[in-house]
Amino acid sequence: MIAGISIYEIFTLTSILFFIGIYGFITRKNLISILISLELILNASAVNFVVINKYLYPDVLQGVFFSIFIIAVAAAETALAVAIIINLYRQISSVEVKDTEIMKY
Amino acid sequence: MEKILFYILALIMIVAAIASVTSRKMLRSVIYLLFVLIGVAGIYFLIDYNFLAAVQLTVYAGGIIVLVIFSVLLVHHIEMELEMAKLSKKIITAIACLVGLGVFLATIYSTNFNVVENSKTTTVEDIGRGLLSYDAGGFILPFEVISVLLLAAMIGAIIIGKGDKLTKNDDTL
Repeated sequence: MIAGISIYEIFTLTSILFFIGIYGFITRKNLISILISLELILNASAVNFVVINKYLYPDVLQGVFFSIFIIAVAAAETALAVAIIINLYRQISSVEVKDTEIMKY
Repeated sequence: MEKILFYILALIMIVAAIASVTSRKMLRSVIYLLFVLIGVAGIYFLIDYNFLAAVQLTVYAGGIIVLVIFSVLLVHHIEMELEMAKLSKKIITAIACLVGLGVFLATIYSTNFNVVENSKTTTVEDIGRGLLSYDAGGFILPFEVISVLLLAAMIGAIIIGKGDKLTKNDDTL
């Protein structure tokens, strides 16, 4: 654990990051920007898993494993989302949310 | 010392995160995200999970950021400015987020956590043994499922990314 830093301060930091992510998720109008906000949200939750593991249950490693799985799922999700966005750009020449009316072709 | 480092990291992360969701230039927004991800890796280093920090740096800072930068360059002009939401919508969203943050913080600060004082270092060996163990509490099944998921995502990304050409070839066969 970090000397001199309580668990509350780290939770405050991750909560702020999480809500900045949600703010971006709602206000952005571009698919790639939404993807970036999603990364912020996922990272905040992954840090929470690790911190709870380290501060409350130092003898087990479950939080670390869940963080590794979150990182793996985020990588898979980003790769798929980027493929979809590029394909969408080929079809309709735009990646704005308002132009994305159909994703079937 | 660690306290000062944590506060510096926290400040960098929050400023970069806000810049990342408000910047009007796409590429800058991605680079600000990179700062946030490196800050998260710094937090992992501070709480002594070196393996996780290395994974964070390689997968996020090395992989995902490069992927997103490539997609930005493929679908945008580099200097293109983003269309922003209306000011009223921004304010309403900001207020909703602040209320949510208030609820979160009120809940967190009213909870009494049983913090265990410790300075244990986790080695890569512990993590590897835990991931591959068959015993109770082992993570071999999710580990295998994740590998299948990554393979499926990879094949899916290739097929979606190739899209048109691949399906046309299928028709002629």
